[in-house]
Amino acid sequence: MSSCCTPQTVDLDPTPRIPGKVKTVALVGPPNSGKSTLFNRLTGLRQKVANYPGVTVEQHFGKMSGIDRSDLTLIDLPGIYSLNSYSEDARVAIEVLTGKMPGTPAPDAVLLVLDSLHLERQLMLAAPVLALGLPVLLLLNMSDVMEARGGVVDTLALAQELGVPVAKISAARGTGLDAITHFLNQHSANSAPQLELPVVGNARSYRQWATGISTRTKYKAPISSTWTRRLDSVLLGRISGPLVFLAVVIAVFQVVFTLGQPLSDGMQELLNRSGDAVGHLMGSGWMESLLIDGVWKGAASILVFLPQILLLFLFIGVLEDSGYLARAALIADRVMRTIGLNGKAFIPLLSAYACAVPAIMATRTIENKRDRFATILVTPFMTCSARLPIYTLMIAAFIPNKHILGNFFGMRAAVMLALYLLGFVAALATARLLKSSILKASAAPFILELPQYRVPTLRSLGLRLFDRGMVFCKQAGTVILSVTLVLWALSHIPFGTSLPDSIIGHIGRWIEPAIHPLGFTWKIGIGLLSSVIAREVIVGTLGTLYGADPATQSLSLQAALRHDLTLGGAMALVVFFAFAMQCTSTLAIVKRETNSWKWPALQFAYMSVLAYVGALLTNVLVSRIF
Amino acid sequence: MFYSSFPVREETFHYSGKALIALSELKTGRSGVVEDLELPEEVQHHLMHMGFVPEARVLAVRRAPAGDPTVYSIAGFEVALRRETAQWIRVREDKGQVK
Repeated sequence: MSSCCTPQTVDLDPTPRIPGKVKTVALVGPPNSGKSTLFNRLTGLRQKVANYPGVTVEQHFGKMSGIDRSDLTLIDLPGIYSLNSYSEDARVAIEVLTGKMPGTPAPDAVLLVLDSLHLERQLMLAAPVLALGLPVLLLLNMSDVMEARGGVVDTLALAQELGVPVAKISAARGTGLDAITHFLNQHSANSAPQLELPVVGNARSYRQWATGISTRTKYKAPISSTWTRRLDSVLLGRISGPLVFLAVVIAVFQVVFTLGQPLSDGMQELLNRSGDAVGHLMGSGWMESLLIDGVWKGAASILVFLPQILLLFLFIGVLEDSGYLARAALIADRVMRTIGLNGKAFIPLLSAYACAVPAIMATRTIENKRDRFATILVTPFMTCSARLPIYTLMIAAFIPNKHILGNFFGMRAAVMLALYLLGFVAALATARLLKSSILKASAAPFILELPQYRVPTLRSLGLRLFDRGMVFCKQAGTVILSVTLVLWALSHIPFGTSLPDSIIGHIGRWIEPAIHPLGFTWKIGIGLLSSVIAREVIVGTLGTLYGADPATQSLSLQAALRHDLTLGGAMALVVFFAFAMQCTSTLAIVKRETNSWKWPALQFAYMSVLAYVGALLTNVLVSRIF
Repeated sequence: MFYSSFPVREETFHYSGKALIALSELKTGRSGVVEDLELPEEVQHHLMHMGFVPEARVLAVRRAPAGDPTVYSIAGFEVALRRETAQWIRVREDKGQVK
C-alpha cells in the first residue's frame, strides 16, 4: 500500500475461490439499507426487519430458494459503514466477510446493497468491498422511491466506473431481482477490470472517490421527503416531543389493557366452552381429571393472554417499523446520561417490553463494551409480556375495579402502571449502580442515525404477529404442557391421596418456611419453582394445583387465589415477579452475549435477592396499611 | 496527513476571513463546511465514514427537547451527536443553507 492519498491500481480478480462455482453469497451494505428485506425476498425466510439502523446484529444464513437457487447459501450481515469494526455487530460483519469467522464459510460472491436515496455517501463503502477481490453485484435499493422523487443515476456509467455489474432493485416490492439470478449464473464471465481504488482505510480519499464517481455517473439525489422533517418538528419539539413520547407510552398501555381485556375474556369463554364440551364427551374418571383439570386448565389459563401479548407486539412493531424508536432514543438520551448510559441503550430497553431475548441481542449496536454489558444486565427488569399473565391475574383477583381520577383511569390500571414503573426504575437504578462500580467506563460518544419515517407495512407487522403467536402457542403446547403434566402426576402420587399428602404437597411444605414471610402459601411456592423455566408457567401451575385440590376445584382461578392468599401476599407476589429473573431463555442469551457464566450468575443472584427483599417489604407494608 | 495541528488552523482562520467554529456552536438552521475533526481515532474514523469528512456540508437541524443532543444533516441523512462530541468537529460557517 502506498503511504498517501493518491489512488492506486488494484487488480480485481473476479475468479471465485472455487473457480466457476459460487456456493456462498454475502449481503453487504450500510445500516438500514434494506439488506434483511432483500434477504427475506431471496430466501423466503423471515429475518426481523425494522426501520432503524442496526436491526441485524449477527449473521443469518438461508438457502436462496426465493429465486430457485437452493444450492446457494446467502449470508445476511449487520450493516457497516466501512471495513473497520467499531461496534460488536460491525465486527461480526467484517469477520464473516473476510473469512475469519469460525464456523462460517468465506463468501464466494458479494451482493452490495446501497440505498439509492443516499448513493453518494453510501458509495464510500463500495471501495473497501471491491478491494476484497470477490465478484460483486451492486444493487441500488429503493430505486423506485429515488426515481419517484426525481433522482437519477446512470447505472451503465456506474458499472463502467466500478467494473462490476449494477442493478436497480426494490427489495420491498421485489422488483429487479432477476438481475441477481443473472449475476449468479453469469458472474464467472466477468473480465478482470483494472480499477483505480483509493487508499484503503482513508475516509477522506474514499469520499473523494465516491464524489467523483457520483458526479461522473450523473447521480442526482432525490428531493428528500419533507414530511420526515415536518414530523420531527412535532415529535422532537421542545414541548410537543416529550408530550408525544408520554402519550405514546400511555396509549400503548391503555390499548393493551382496555382493548385487550375484552378480547381475553372472549378467548376465556371460548376455551371454557370447548373444555366443557370435551369433558362431557369423556365422562368422569381419572382420564377426565388428567385432561380437563390438569392439561386443559393449565394450557387454557395461559392461552387467554394471547390477545394482549399480540397487541403489545403490534405496538412495539409499529414503533420499530415507523422509525420512531430512534427518536425515542434521542429524547431519552438526557435521562440515560444521568445513569451513565446513552440514548442508544434505550432502544433495547423499550423493545424489552415485548421480550428481553431480542432486546439483549439488540444491545450489540452499543459501541462501548461496558455500556453494553450494563444494558444487558438491566434489560430483564423491563416488564416483558411474559409477566402480563400473572400481573393481570393477580390484579383482577385482588384489586377492586374502581375508578380514580374520574372515568379515565381505573385503580387496576394504576396498579399495573406502578408495576411497569417499578421495573423501569429498578433497571435505571441498577444501571447507575453498575456504571459507578464494576462497569465504570469513560463516557462513550453518542452517534445515532435517524432514519426517514416510513409507514409500516401490514405484511411485515402481520408476519411478526403470526410468528410471535406461533412461538407463544408452541411454548404453551410444549413447556407449559409438560410442566403441567408432571405437576398433575406429582400431585396425584401416591395414588388416591389428597393433594396435601402427595409428593408435590411434601415439596411444597418443605419450602414453605422460606416463603412464608412473603405471605406466600406452599402452592405459590411450587408456582415459583416451576416459573424458573419461564414466568408465564406459574399461571398454568396454579391452574393445575388449584384444580387438583378438592377445596378449590370448583372455584375459578381468581376465586381460588382469593381463598388462598391475603392482599399482602398477592401484592408481594407481583413485586416478586417484577424483580425476579425467571427465564431460562434470557439467562442463556446473556451467557452467549457476554461469553461467560459469570454475568448471568451475578444477574440471577442479584435479581433473586431483590425480588425476595422487595416481596418481603411489600407483604409487611401492605398488611400493615390494609 | 489531513488532520492538521492547531497552528495550521490559526493560519487558515486568518486567510479565509470566515470564522472557524465548533460544530456544537452552529445555530440550528445554519450550515457550515467541515474543516477537521479532533476526536479519538476510532470515533473519528466512524464519523468520517458516516460522512463527516473535510469539505462536507453540514446543517444543524434541531436540538433534542432537552437541548442536547443536536440533529445534524450531512450527506443527505440525519445524525444526532452530543455537544461533547460535536465540539471536536470544526466547521466554517456559511451564509447559505443546505436543503
